[in-house]
Amino acid sequence: MDVSFQLTTPTSRFGRDEKIAMALIGVGILGLIVALFGAGSTFPVASFWVSIGGLSLGGALYIRTYLKRPAGIDNDGIMFSSATARGMLGWIFGIVFTGFYVLLYWAPSNLEHLIRMTDPLSWMMRGQPADRWFLYGFLYTLAVLVMGARMIVKYRHNRYQILRTISVMFFQLGFAFIIPYLLVLFNQPEFYFHYFWPLKYDYLWPGGVDWLSGAGQVGLFMIVFGAVMFFLATPILTYFFGKRWYCSWVCGCGGLAETAGDPFRHLSDKSLKAWKIERWMVHSVLVFVVLTTVVLWINSATEGAVLGSLSTPFSKAYGFYIGLVFAGVVGVGFYPIMGSRVWCRFGCPMAATLGLLQKFYSRFRITTNGGQCISCGNCSTYCEMGIDVRWYAQRGQNIIRASCVGCGVCAAVCPRGVLKLENGPREGRYNGPILIHHDTVSVQLDDAWKASRPLMPPAQEDIPVLTDADWAQMSGNGQGVVTSST
Amino acid sequence: MSKHVVIIGNGIAGVTAARFIRKLSDYRITMISAETDHFYARTALMYIYMGHLRYEDTKPYADGFWQQNGIDLVRGYVTTIDTEARAVHVGGGRAIGYDVLVIATGSQSNKFGWPGQDLDAVQGLYGIPDLATMERWTAGIDRAVVIGGGLIGIEMAEMLHTRHIPVTFLVREQGYMDYLLPPEESAMINAEIRDHHIDLRLATELKEIRPDDQGRARAVVTNTGEEIPCQFVGLTVGVHPNIDVVKPSNVETNRGVLVNEFFETSVPGVYAIGDCAEFRRDGIGIRRIEQLWYTGRHHGKTVAQTICGRRAAYDRGVFFNSAKFFTVEYQTYGDIKPKPEDGTETIFWQDEAAKKLVRINYAADDGRVLGFNLLGIRFRQDVCERWILERRSTDYVLKHLRQANFDPEFYHSFKITDFENRTRP
Repeated sequence: MDVSFQLTTPTSRFGRDEKIAMALIGVGILGLIVALFGAGSTFPVASFWVSIGGLSLGGALYIRTYLKRPAGIDNDGIMFSSATARGMLGWIFGIVFTGFYVLLYWAPSNLEHLIRMTDPLSWMMRGQPADRWFLYGFLYTLAVLVMGARMIVKYRHNRYQILRTISVMFFQLGFAFIIPYLLVLFNQPEFYFHYFWPLKYDYLWPGGVDWLSGAGQVGLFMIVFGAVMFFLATPILTYFFGKRWYCSWVCGCGGLAETAGDPFRHLSDKSLKAWKIERWMVHSVLVFVVLTTVVLWINSATEGAVLGSLSTPFSKAYGFYIGLVFAGVVGVGFYPIMGSRVWCRFGCPMAATLGLLQKFYSRFRITTNGGQCISCGNCSTYCEMGIDVRWYAQRGQNIIRASCVGCGVCAAVCPRGVLKLENGPREGRYNGPILIHHDTVSVQLDDAWKASRPLMPPAQEDIPVLTDADWAQMSGNGQGVVTSST
Repeated sequence: MSKHVVIIGNGIAGVTAARFIRKLSDYRITMISAETDHFYARTALMYIYMGHLRYEDTKPYADGFWQQNGIDLVRGYVTTIDTEARAVHVGGGRAIGYDVLVIATGSQSNKFGWPGQDLDAVQGLYGIPDLATMERWTAGIDRAVVIGGGLIGIEMAEMLHTRHIPVTFLVREQGYMDYLLPPEESAMINAEIRDHHIDLRLATELKEIRPDDQGRARAVVTNTGEEIPCQFVGLTVGVHPNIDVVKPSNVETNRGVLVNEFFETSVPGVYAIGDCAEFRRDGIGIRRIEQLWYTGRHHGKTVAQTICGRRAAYDRGVFFNSAKFFTVEYQTYGDIKPKPEDGTETIFWQDEAAKKLVRINYAADDGRVLGFNLLGIRFRQDVCERWILERRSTDYVLKHLRQANFDPEFYHSFKITDFENRTRP
């Protein structure tokens, strides 16, 4: 056999089920194009079912083919695939996603017929015709649900991933889609209970507060709820669980990243330079939003006497550059090029706040399991936040980084069981650079065992739950066998 | 002028030695490698072929790290070690003088004289060059045979499987890795291999590899006389120390470079660590030649102390190791023998369908825990190690088992009560 004839690149087996799924997705895409060119207005119901039905059903069938393979980590071919390795398909996706955001924000009239296609659903849900934001919310939710199903099937061996994905799907469908539109249906403010200042900055800006307080009791409740969630619940929950309770369990931006963004998570930049840019940028955005908020309130309190109209350009600038360009166009549009968490990592002021709490005042850490790391690099590669997890793991050091959203994928892809996300006492959370060493152990013989030779039937208890007393007994908290040796 | 330390080999042993020498001293450090410009994780070779990682993802340190830490890298093959002149020759020419030499040349794949073992499309898997040839020989083929029931064999089977190449896997033993794993563990891995549609042939040996008329493997013949057609043969029957360059020198060798517990060879100022070193006597290491990632790292760390003037003997510690067999993770702590021994008893639990298994061995005389084997379940190394060193009773261990559990949150791995009535002699 002449090897020069063997230039075929490896592809996954593409059987009947995959072909049917892809054909349906093709029909869906065609449906979207036809709808965009007019059918969305003339035949909204038919356009909706052909395009959305084709995409959803095709997606579901394709996801079902994952079940043919045994459960477990399966990243086969990700680095060869044109779609996931910044190949031609990746660039096409990136341009389509980015272009969609550009049209949505600056030229929505081009999407008119697509918007009309969602009229029937909009009338049903909120008693009024669709607009571009309804179309956007609908597509966003659909992406989270379909790609969430994919995430669950892909990680079906891992209950942490399953529960976390169900959580983001639940919050997206309920809190970002159904509840806000139900509120509209009942003539209440379109309010998103899972977004708070500073991510949803205008909820605590004078304009937003005015808007909500204009809605009477319900509006007042919303203002108070948002403030309590940010100022009280956020620090408490972050203390106990780390940033993850929000970023990878609740947040809609995180929800999209963890579902639709999952195939692109490895594209994040792991370099030290990127980390440096990240720290400057994300904290600058936080300063920017705090400053904008302060300026707006001073101006509002003084009725414009101090700053005049200066506050308007301030808030407009924030809304445009951060709210639109960064969070939308770059944040999602660039998924196939820069990875799924560009906004969360470099731009989100909520993430910056949570990160500071996580770094300095939280029980969360990713524990490294002694000396078991083999430096393979799966953890760092699949970290969507660009954290070089391996740098810590191969030194036997715990990982506590402000940017870590606690998605748990590093621990899932580790082939040697080296990483575990967990909450424990803050003391000893940052253990020093260690690799297991044993020569400093003080061996204390337990007299009790000599007497109790026969095996006692152990108490009924679930294994994983650790109490603070367990933590104190375990050596990982700075006492005991593990000694600083690096 | 500070001392010049030359390290031959940039694998985990050599690199760890270099890093720790840098931490402990201002010696000049030069690391020579023929294989790659920079250190990469050999353990991740399979993931490159499978498309999980790119080569650059397997490099544990950024390329600038070496210069920042004053470690000079030389790319080249060391052809001679001249201990009289205290110099090594690279590529047959350039001489590099040293005050201290560390030999960390790793391993080579074994071949046991089978007919056809040197044909085209027959290879082992040890380094980057092997990955390149494997990529070439496996393009577009319809069947491969992998020979040898060790870790590299099963990894190669998995690699080929991800490229949708049907694999026949010849294992000499009665069960996969049954020379290290007890029968239940081995049986679970046999099932895992078969669940991935690998044609596993236990108790089957290679007799010969037959060529086609271009000199490429076209079939293997087993000891049962069966001919299995294939276009690629993975020969993964272990490794041996890569010491071709050391043999002609004054440094004493046997199977590997002979060293004492300080990794000192027969020539003063010359050390050998990692896969290529062989302890002069039993009892220093787990065995005379230790070929694990972890032992290489530990050797490097230990020899750095000695080289930097804090002479330290190798302290092998409580044994640990890990692997992943397709989707089943394996961890082991302490001493677990493949066959039951007198004076040792076992507490055992398994869920064959979920492929999860826990084995805790303990001493029959006083009940102290001796070791743990885990499949599909993760345990904490520091906790297991401490229990073994503190000679904790199995009773204590079972009561505190949750402290050892390292599975991700929300997993119901098993309950301690599962152990009831599961004890077997």
